[in-house]
Amino acid sequence: MTLSSLTLPYAASLRRLFGNRAILAGAIILAAVVLAALLAPWIAPYAPNKLSIVNKLKGPSLSHIFGTDEFGRDIFSRAIFAGRASLLVSLGVVCISTVLGIVLGVAAGYFRRLDAPISRLLDAMMSFPDILLAIALVAALGPSLATVILALGITYAPRLARIVRGSTLVLRELPYIEAAVAMGLPTWQILTRHVLLNLASPILVQATFVFASAMLAEASLSFLGVGVSADMPTWGTMLASGREYMNNAPWLMVFPGLAIVFSVLSLQLLGDGLRDLVDPRLAKES
Amino acid sequence: MTKLALALLKRLGGMVVVLALVATVVFVIVRVTPGDPAAVMLGSDATPQDIAQLRTKMGLDAPLLVQYFQFLLGILKGDLGQSIFLGQSVTQALAARAEPTFFLTLFSILIAVTIALPVGIFSAVRRGTLFDQIVVTLTMVAASVPSFWLGLLLIQTLAVGQGWFPASGYGGPDTSFLERLHHLVLPAVALGVVNSALIIRFTRAAMLDVLGEDYVRTARAKGATERRVILKHALKNAMVPIITVIGLSIAMLIAGAVVTETVFGLPGIGNLVVSAVLRRDYPVIQGALLVVAAIYVLINFIVDILYMLADPRVRL
Repeated sequence: MTLSSLTLPYAASLRRLFGNRAILAGAIILAAVVLAALLAPWIAPYAPNKLSIVNKLKGPSLSHIFGTDEFGRDIFSRAIFAGRASLLVSLGVVCISTVLGIVLGVAAGYFRRLDAPISRLLDAMMSFPDILLAIALVAALGPSLATVILALGITYAPRLARIVRGSTLVLRELPYIEAAVAMGLPTWQILTRHVLLNLASPILVQATFVFASAMLAEASLSFLGVGVSADMPTWGTMLASGREYMNNAPWLMVFPGLAIVFSVLSLQLLGDGLRDLVDPRLAKES
Repeated sequence: MTKLALALLKRLGGMVVVLALVATVVFVIVRVTPGDPAAVMLGSDATPQDIAQLRTKMGLDAPLLVQYFQFLLGILKGDLGQSIFLGQSVTQALAARAEPTFFLTLFSILIAVTIALPVGIFSAVRRGTLFDQIVVTLTMVAASVPSFWLGLLLIQTLAVGQGWFPASGYGGPDTSFLERLHHLVLPAVALGVVNSALIIRFTRAAMLDVLGEDYVRTARAKGATERRVILKHALKNAMVPIITVIGLSIAMLIAGAVVTETVFGLPGIGNLVVSAVLRRDYPVIQGALLVVAAIYVLINFIVDILYMLADPRVRL
């Protein structure tokens, strides 16, 4: 069945969504990455930690399509399993920064008194380069999977908070919100039913970009050795451990790197496409 | 007082508030360490006496509020504390490593802007052509490449493979300035190319915005040459968003420098921070965070002033 022949209730929206080339391309690449990660135990030809010293540092071949590492482990299998950790960390970061961003952004945008203090705090938080703030937080909290997610979540929360604040400031002045206030609806109901629901699109767009940034940042932290434990394969830890052997075995660097590039690219395409759909004024610019 | 002076004063006041908050955030980050920071820093071999000594040295035994004011007072006096492992003050440690980071950031931004402005402008002028489509695709891909990975590929091909550039380091103390710059070529290219993507996209978008404006059509109608229309009428008006994104890029370059310096073994501030994190040298982490954020706030302030000069409407 083609998209144009869909007659489901949401067919028009789906057609619009996937009619956008950027979204379609992004969705296909991301779906491939996510599926590979989810189905890792069935797709991977070898166990990710299976050692085989006789096969160490072998180049790409039919039996090991991405080659093997210094312990003879299959790079392809490890890259697929590493996708799980990389996606999981990024998803966790998006969840934390979205929740924090919504709370701070709505509070600043809806309650006039809170606007100045929260906005200045966001300015201060955004004055730190993301990687630097994240590694300082990881250093303070102690390195572990959870603290990496928390640190990056806090680091990216201001980005979402700014967008949410801006949209809430506009929404607050709209007649239907004024009507809801006049009708005596409790504030929490106005916020959850009328404000939050209307913020869904800008939040979704920004969250997609945060997802992409989180993936790059996680790889950087792991590469620097201040991220998740080196025992856990992520694309960043694979690059970090492969670096020592890159002169003799360049494939150790190439494939995990390409995995990062394709995943981040898919998210950027999705974010761009969604932004064009949400804000058609911007579409003319791309 | 003129409107411009008032607007400047207002921005200056805002900057001071943000700087104070930056210092507060830095103070809080180090204090959220679970347990005793002194014990964490010294590791499991430390005796209780060592820990108590370090606590006194770092002022950790004073009440939190007193510690906070001492910290702020220290900053005002230019005293960022003592490194635990380097045997020098944090200010000295940062100053000793400022040169590679400064030149790396400077060259990266120069490379990024040199690539981005002409490509972005040309891409907007030739909108929809094959060139434009290639530029849009390539910028998307470049924005998805981790700069440290590009750095590793450059080392592999141009340093190890061809031997054109040094693979790592910054030369010894006797190395000439030119030789030191030679060491910076690959890291600056890696950072600059990745960061040019964002500037290209903004330049293109800003140019597309103004190229559709009435005054551009008027300029064309009165017979101005295409070169004059683009450079004089369009680019001048597109400069505000372009200046913003260049300012923003400098902050991203500083973040990128942390990782790139490690890849290329450059003894800069980024490398200092990473080794401080691995050794839990909190005073160094704290000082570096503070200085880098302050530089960012200052750059933002300068960008604000440039806005006012580029576009009188911003002064209102």
